Amino acid sequence: MKKVYVNEERCLGCHLCEYYCAFANSGEQEMFKAFKLGKNPAPRIQVEDGKGINFAVQCRHCDDPLCMKNCIAGAISKVDGVVKIDPQKCVGCYTCVLSCPYGCIVPGKDGHSATKCELCTANSGTPQCVQNCINGAIVFEDRGEQA
Amino acid sequence: MKYEYVIIGNSAAAAGCIEGIRETDKKGSIAVISDEKYHIYSRPLISYKLKGDVTEKQMAYRPADFYKANNVDTMLGKRAVSVDSKSKFVKLESGEKIEYEKLLLATGSKPFVPPMEGLDTVKNKFSFMKMDDVKDIEKVVKKGAKVLIVGAGLIGLKAAEALEHYDCDMTVIDLADRILPSILDKKTSEIMQKHIEDHGLKFILGTSTKKFDKNKAVLTNGTEISFDILITAVGVRPNTELAESAGAKVERGILTDKKQACKGVKNIWAAGDCTVSDDITTGTAHIIAIMPNAHEQGLVAGRNMAGSKAVFDHAFPMNAIGFFGLHIITAGAYTGDCYEENDGENVKQLFSKDNKLNGFILMGDKIKRAGIYTALIREQTDLTTVDYQLLCEAPQLAAFAHEKRYEILSKGA
Amino acid sequence: MPVNYFPAEFEVLRNYDKCIQCRACERQCSNKVHWFDSDFGKMLSHDEKCVDCQRCVSICPTGALKIRPNENAFRKSANYTQPLMTEAYRQAGTGSVLLSSMGTPKDYPVYWDKILLNASQVTNPPIDPLREPMETRVFLGKRPTKMKFDKNGELDLSLEPSLALNVPIMFSAMSYGSISKNAHESLARAAEELGTYYNTGEGGLHKDFYKYGANTIVQVASGRFGVHKDYLNAGAAIEIKMGQGAKPGIGGHLPGEKIKEDVAHTRMIPRGTDAISPAPHHDIYSIEDLRQLIYSVKEATEYKKPVIVKIAAVHNVAAIASGVARSGADIIAIDGFRGGTGAAPTRIRDNVGIPIELALAAVDGRLRHEGIRNEVSIVAAGSIRCSSDAVKAIALGADAVYIATPALLAMGCHLCRSCHTGKCNWGIATQEPELVKRLNPDIAYHRLVNLVTAWNHEIQEIMGGMGINSIEALRGNRLMLRGIGLTEKELQILGILHAGE
Repeated sequence: MKKVYVNEERCLGCHLCEYYCAFANSGEQEMFKAFKLGKNPAPRIQVEDGKGINFAVQCRHCDDPLCMKNCIAGAISKVDGVVKIDPQKCVGCYTCVLSCPYGCIVPGKDGHSATKCELCTANSGTPQCVQNCINGAIVFEDRGEQA
Repeated sequence: MKYEYVIIGNSAAAAGCIEGIRETDKKGSIAVISDEKYHIYSRPLISYKLKGDVTEKQMAYRPADFYKANNVDTMLGKRAVSVDSKSKFVKLESGEKIEYEKLLLATGSKPFVPPMEGLDTVKNKFSFMKMDDVKDIEKVVKKGAKVLIVGAGLIGLKAAEALEHYDCDMTVIDLADRILPSILDKKTSEIMQKHIEDHGLKFILGTSTKKFDKNKAVLTNGTEISFDILITAVGVRPNTELAESAGAKVERGILTDKKQACKGVKNIWAAGDCTVSDDITTGTAHIIAIMPNAHEQGLVAGRNMAGSKAVFDHAFPMNAIGFFGLHIITAGAYTGDCYEENDGENVKQLFSKDNKLNGFILMGDKIKRAGIYTALIREQTDLTTVDYQLLCEAPQLAAFAHEKRYEILSKGA
Repeated sequence: MPVNYFPAEFEVLRNYDKCIQCRACERQCSNKVHWFDSDFGKMLSHDEKCVDCQRCVSICPTGALKIRPNENAFRKSANYTQPLMTEAYRQAGTGSVLLSSMGTPKDYPVYWDKILLNASQVTNPPIDPLREPMETRVFLGKRPTKMKFDKNGELDLSLEPSLALNVPIMFSAMSYGSISKNAHESLARAAEELGTYYNTGEGGLHKDFYKYGANTIVQVASGRFGVHKDYLNAGAAIEIKMGQGAKPGIGGHLPGEKIKEDVAHTRMIPRGTDAISPAPHHDIYSIEDLRQLIYSVKEATEYKKPVIVKIAAVHNVAAIASGVARSGADIIAIDGFRGGTGAAPTRIRDNVGIPIELALAAVDGRLRHEGIRNEVSIVAAGSIRCSSDAVKAIALGADAVYIATPALLAMGCHLCRSCHTGKCNWGIATQEPELVKRLNPDIAYHRLVNLVTAWNHEIQEIMGGMGINSIEALRGNRLMLRGIGLTEKELQILGILHAGE
């Protein structure tokens, strides 16, 4: 299935993907409104700035997701290969934050639910981090991984 | 009645077991027996229900069609009283016999209520473990009620947090001199205590109750506390009676091998809070009563019951929990060299030993990306192969060697 | 504090209603213009550090940024302009020669814009390039002047070595060192896909790029950096650089800071040392000397590769070109004075040389007059800005054109003319790994291919309009050109009639 991959040779560490991600999931029409209206939406992708390297990290949509297995509320499921959190069921205990080996689950701003990359299936359908990467460092492609 | 697979218990371990069986065996008949009458629900969510955050429906641990989709027969509200491992059947309270080919004991634990003088005179006394406990509390709790909670552990404090929504006047007492001793060290428990106290709770620590007299408790230090509701959350005990009746080996909890098969008997597996696990962070065997463990053990048991090979060999305690908006994530054992960061309620403590991460306590802002630390424990990563200094500063994949990171980022897990 | 003689050249305008403090501008500015001030809780800027490269403006996700010239830094004067004043201040402070990059910004006449193209009407009707074949393939090299027969009386079909171009456009010389490895990779891959050539410049050929040899022109310049037998044999043609349009009579200077490991290795010089190309080739003081070098490289490459001699357009370019044509060169590249450079002394760039249009017309005319036009192909360079410039150049007598600045633009260059600082925010004219990274060759090469493909479509369209269906028929076809607003003398040199004639 198609997944989001980052090429650390190309990632510039500009962090713009974080903003486009947060914006895409904010429901606002304008990016500046999403950030200026005090909502301060949280990105589901994170850019790491290491020693001379940068790369963006987001949910790997694992074959056997630990977050899903460990979720105490049964709020995490895998739908068509996409690991999703049901906000109606999530109680914000953050056992998923504790579990994800890649640090890809983000405590929600409200403190009551966790969020994560769902490949923009709930908004535009095209991962916005990929769409807006200024250096083509993030790609959305099928590398033969199972759904 | 006869089933290929019989599961006693209906929580995380049971769900894991069903999922494990159905990975390979789509047909074999499965029955779930539980003394609770509810669709599989998440036990820890009872405090969220009491608080009003979730409805009973939202507490479902698996979707409403879970049993049907997995072709599972349920016997809910029925108590199993004994297991005959020779003739391979489970006897129910009703006298019914359920024959099995393979049996999973996922019996969980029950509240431990120590003998306390006059406890029988208390009318509104509750444990806080099950759906029915919440329903019972909901029937009697009124706004502004005076609540006495015995036990400042995870259960007691989750109950307290939920009841704060009823503006209850709450007092928590514990024999220990600090709160949450099972998951926090002295320093962090003090921070959490202060945080909870700021929300109006009173703690009386290092004390126990001498006796009860209807709506009044007398403490060993002589203090008298009156209350409308009493919640006892002193501790839990594993439900091992069925295992014992089957002739399985039990020491504090049910003993199993790495495949979750019970020792001393055949065709019986056990998983969840009723079992003893080998803690990789302490090297000792004890009960690690946490949900992720239960599910994982159930899954491993299910896979083995259905004939595939699986082992569970990385048990260690871990908890993610929050009280009144202050979140904590902890794992492992708090021994070894400690890296520490302290900024008010934002605390990080990492414990390393023999070039391995052995445990951590994260609080407040520091919980972000905690799973990267958890994975270091789970995988017993040799810390000389990573940039541990960088990891101390923040959990990050940048600390891993390029090849490892490439594996994660370009291939996925 | 000393007096600051240099007012900010540009102002950074930030719309605080739109700025979301993502700090992308800060992270992407190598000049450290932007910063987040935690005391004020907002983004601020050091305007005086801004070079107007537009990187921040281009990536700002909310369009909150604008850069505008600081118009009234000094009291206006048409004679003593702001640049002249700041240059005087700078030199008074440093005692140094002024350095600049890219083509001259001064307002010299652009003859391309004073030449109009013809189109057919009624008779000799236009050709629709979408329906009819339209040949833009060009061969560069010597043309046979007479039929030759072997001992048996059979026709000798052998030809001199040549270059075959699918489009009459090549990427002109930009050295690895002056531009980044990623920029070179982009040019090489684009040349390969387009079926044309890029040029190594005088910096040698990086080992990773030998695989693009069939589409590479390897340059030999006065510094002879990176020149060895394998290098000469790696390319499809060899270019001897005698001069560069932007700095005729001047050598090159790549500062030691840009000579990093890879560049040093490629140039075959020690790391961190300045790479100085002398003004002359120290072994060339005559056309005969040039001939020796030409035949040396031909000998080294077994006469299999055409040799290009590149000269700057200077006053007596026609006579020089005539000499070059007789020296054994297969192709002459003429570089006009408006051409670009990675670094040149400002006064040289802005004042030395002549426009490519006049030089090209003069050279083509002279070679034809002397009957040696077929001995060489002519490549025009130095400010070929668009497809119609290319068409005009070909009609003035060029066989093909070299482009560099448009190629840089395709890769993202915003002509801030700061290449010489080595801090190119677009990852082109820099060797800083953090900056080089910003040019993704996968994207840049594709954009280069797009640019040249688009130009080629336009060239076909224009040729079709003229009723011409091959570049061969356009070359030197000055009847297709008319001048506008030009003097008799200019028209005479260009060899074209005035519009209306």
